Amino acid sequence: MAASSLKVNGHVHKVDVPPETPLLYVLSDELQLRGPKFGCGLAQCGACTVIIQGKAVRSCVTPISAVTNREVITLEGVGSPEKPHAIQQDFIDEGAAQCGFCLSGVILSAKALLDENPKASDEQIQEALSNVLCRCFAHTRMMRAIKRYQARRA
Amino acid sequence: MKKELSRRDFLKASGALVVSFSASSAIPPFATAQGPFDTHPSHVNPDKLDSWLAVASDGSVTAYTGKCDLGQGMYTVQTQLVAEELCVSIEKVKLIQCDTSVTPDQGTTSGSQSTPTNFNTRNLAQAAATAREALIGMAAQSLGVPADQLTIEDGVVGAKGGQRVSYSELIGGKRFELAVSATAKRRSPSEWKVLGTSVPSLDRVALMTGTFEFVHNIHVPGMVHGRVVRPPEIGATVEKVDEMSVQHIPGVIKVVARNNFVGVVAEKQWEAAQAAKDLKVSWKPGPGLPVQTDFYNYMRKQDSRDVMLVNSKDVDDKLKSAAHVLKATYSYPYQAHGSIGSSCAVADVQADHATIWSPTQSAYPTQHGISMLTGLTADSVRVIFVRGSGCYGLNAADTVSFDAALLSQAVHKPVRVQLTRQDEFLSENYGSACVILQQVGIGANGAIQAWDCESWSVSLGGRPGYERPGNVITGMLAGFDPETITPRAAAAPTGELRNGSNAVPSYLAGCVSGKCAGAGSVRSERVLMHAVRSPLFTGPLRSPLRLQNTFAHECFMDEVSAHVKADPVEFRLQHLSDARIVGVVKAAAQKANWVTRPSPQRGNASDGMVTGRGIACVAYEGANGYAALVAEVEVDQVSGRVQPKRFVAALDCGPISNPDGLRNQIEGGVLQGTSRALGEEITWDNRKVTSIDWRSYHTLPLGIEAPIIESVLLDQPAAKATGAGETAITLAAAAIGNAIFDATGARIRQVPFTADRVKEALAARG
Repeated sequence: MAASSLKVNGHVHKVDVPPETPLLYVLSDELQLRGPKFGCGLAQCGACTVIIQGKAVRSCVTPISAVTNREVITLEGVGSPEKPHAIQQDFIDEGAAQCGFCLSGVILSAKALLDENPKASDEQIQEALSNVLCRCFAHTRMMRAIKRYQARRA
Repeated sequence: MKKELSRRDFLKASGALVVSFSASSAIPPFATAQGPFDTHPSHVNPDKLDSWLAVASDGSVTAYTGKCDLGQGMYTVQTQLVAEELCVSIEKVKLIQCDTSVTPDQGTTSGSQSTPTNFNTRNLAQAAATAREALIGMAAQSLGVPADQLTIEDGVVGAKGGQRVSYSELIGGKRFELAVSATAKRRSPSEWKVLGTSVPSLDRVALMTGTFEFVHNIHVPGMVHGRVVRPPEIGATVEKVDEMSVQHIPGVIKVVARNNFVGVVAEKQWEAAQAAKDLKVSWKPGPGLPVQTDFYNYMRKQDSRDVMLVNSKDVDDKLKSAAHVLKATYSYPYQAHGSIGSSCAVADVQADHATIWSPTQSAYPTQHGISMLTGLTADSVRVIFVRGSGCYGLNAADTVSFDAALLSQAVHKPVRVQLTRQDEFLSENYGSACVILQQVGIGANGAIQAWDCESWSVSLGGRPGYERPGNVITGMLAGFDPETITPRAAAAPTGELRNGSNAVPSYLAGCVSGKCAGAGSVRSERVLMHAVRSPLFTGPLRSPLRLQNTFAHECFMDEVSAHVKADPVEFRLQHLSDARIVGVVKAAAQKANWVTRPSPQRGNASDGMVTGRGIACVAYEGANGYAALVAEVEVDQVSGRVQPKRFVAALDCGPISNPDGLRNQIEGGVLQGTSRALGEEITWDNRKVTSIDWRSYHTLPLGIEAPIIESVLLDQPAAKATGAGETAITLAAAAIGNAIFDATGARIRQVPFTADRVKEALAARG
């Protein structure tokens, strides 16, 4: 078993796990991060989402070997309770959650899209969120928060 | 002799508490819990004020509640309640939820009962009111000023002359040594400063920044990882477990088999996941399942346990003499809780005691269940609630807590168990399938003169409670029996009207023993419920049976109003007598700019895109919240696709504790109800459940064209506080079904309203 080196939220970590280990388990078990979560383990819900090179990536099906030398950003790496990122502040202001388990998928998928394409159409936003689930169905508030963030970026 | 630990000992000594209390680490820091308690750890006495509240020497308040936050805001609103009654700022209050060592046993957090239980004149609210009155009394004595001349400002009692004394000076660090007073006066809603305001939920910043601690994030020193191997078919039993089949996987600690329960424990989660996948288990097939396509007929043929809720005994005569009789049959599928986070728990079971970090809604009942599974006494099992993913009822939170306990006991180490989505979909306690027969007699005047309703639901297992671990899959696999239906004929209704399942339509007078407690005026009434044994586990799913029954009642009411060419709102109001349900119907209709006319909408084309509106209403559980919902939908008559465009909900739940929190519940409930109405259905083949992931179980994703949802909140400061989390969801299927009818003239009597089913109904219009 070779130690893998990985950069998460600005810090470099060495972890001694098999290369096929899903990134999610390294983030949540080895590094004890709370942002990315095990939702379905099937890349179908989004709860495990992280950002790698600007793209929203499902960490539950991404082997650790695929992310060496690339920086991984999790929901807690985007902003902090003391200094939330703009999109996190928009979600806070809109009260856009109930249980909040889904938020890595919701916030990071929207952020990745709008940072790359600030002028994304409503259809493009819907497309980016077409495989993101929120089972409390805080949809209307989440869409308001996302539109708020988009307005800031414009 | 067993050592009886005081609550203070627990708080001081248990390193575990550091883990659980860090659940609120992002919330501004408070004094650590310091309740001066001396109650038996498993018998926190709810009659004692000190069981509910403690004031620390710095004046901060710790409150203990047996009702937990499942992601719907109960943490925030209970904190508001304590702050309000004690006249302190919300930042001074720290709430400890559901821990069998320190909180009172308030059973299960469910059924829209937390607000009625803790916000009226008992329990947490009454304890806080008792504490405030006691503190005023102490201040009066201390300052030498009559109590009625004192005021409180953020925990400081003051007199007109300028004398002041703080709570910390009066009681800080000491116990009250008082009983909770039944006569302590609650602060009136007209005086409210903290309650009644939209305090932003206290978990919000931590959630949005990924720092909130869910049960999935619990790490206990020495913790290892477990996974379960569930029977691949319903009722399959273990023949042989080949432990050697996972010997090649590094890190595997143990293969655990107990009766039909099978699991694996490994050092790391990935190793446990691999071992669970690779473990060779020979299963003896189960008895097979009834054919799904014929299931609604199958249900009606089973022996049943019957309950007659109302019977005026003149229904058959009134139906015979009616100018018209209308009949319809409605059906509703099994549905899943489908939490976005598959359930997780951590257990540390040692030889003589155990600690379980669990997302259960039922801390104390789970303590007893784990006692039965492990053989430990209940008093030596501590269950600490740590929030999981939103559950919406009995998801796998309890069963995974049992899984963790069994696996931890087998390896003598703390074990974290993460279920997979397939584990959970395969064998959760699904919401009940239902068949509901409706029949009314319409008089020559166009009014309903008799209503006959007969329903079938299915049941197997359910909440484990204090004595039935077999009510969920893990307990059953480990050898405990689930509760099943014992067939029994219905007795005549006696006592009071029991409408907790909304089996009785709101339009009935609901007369039992000469007292009419229904919300309506139809006096010729008969409601008979049949419960039959379910081939699949069942359990409460948000608005259990209330949703299914209301779907049938409210769509059928629409059918009747269409038959007599009446406006659906006016026709409802004509048959309702309860002022509060009338109030919400009128408020929703007004806000929606409802145009008075019969359905269906005249002039709509019979193909292409059409729009329509529908209404539904409910007196939830008879009297636990009143709601009405107007839906406006677009129906594509070519594809069969239904697109809700706008909803208007009106809600009366008594005095409103947190208006924005209530709106959030309404909005989520409406859309969750929409998802359940349009797509969600458990499917199975002849042996097993086949809807086992998000491709085969159809939920609405975030990337939909989200409808507009408007809420009208009818504040009733003088009324008792009722539940509010299950009202809006109860109405969505009916309001959408009625809107589809209004748009197209096609009536769909089976949920979900899939595109194929819509097209079928359109084709059947003739």
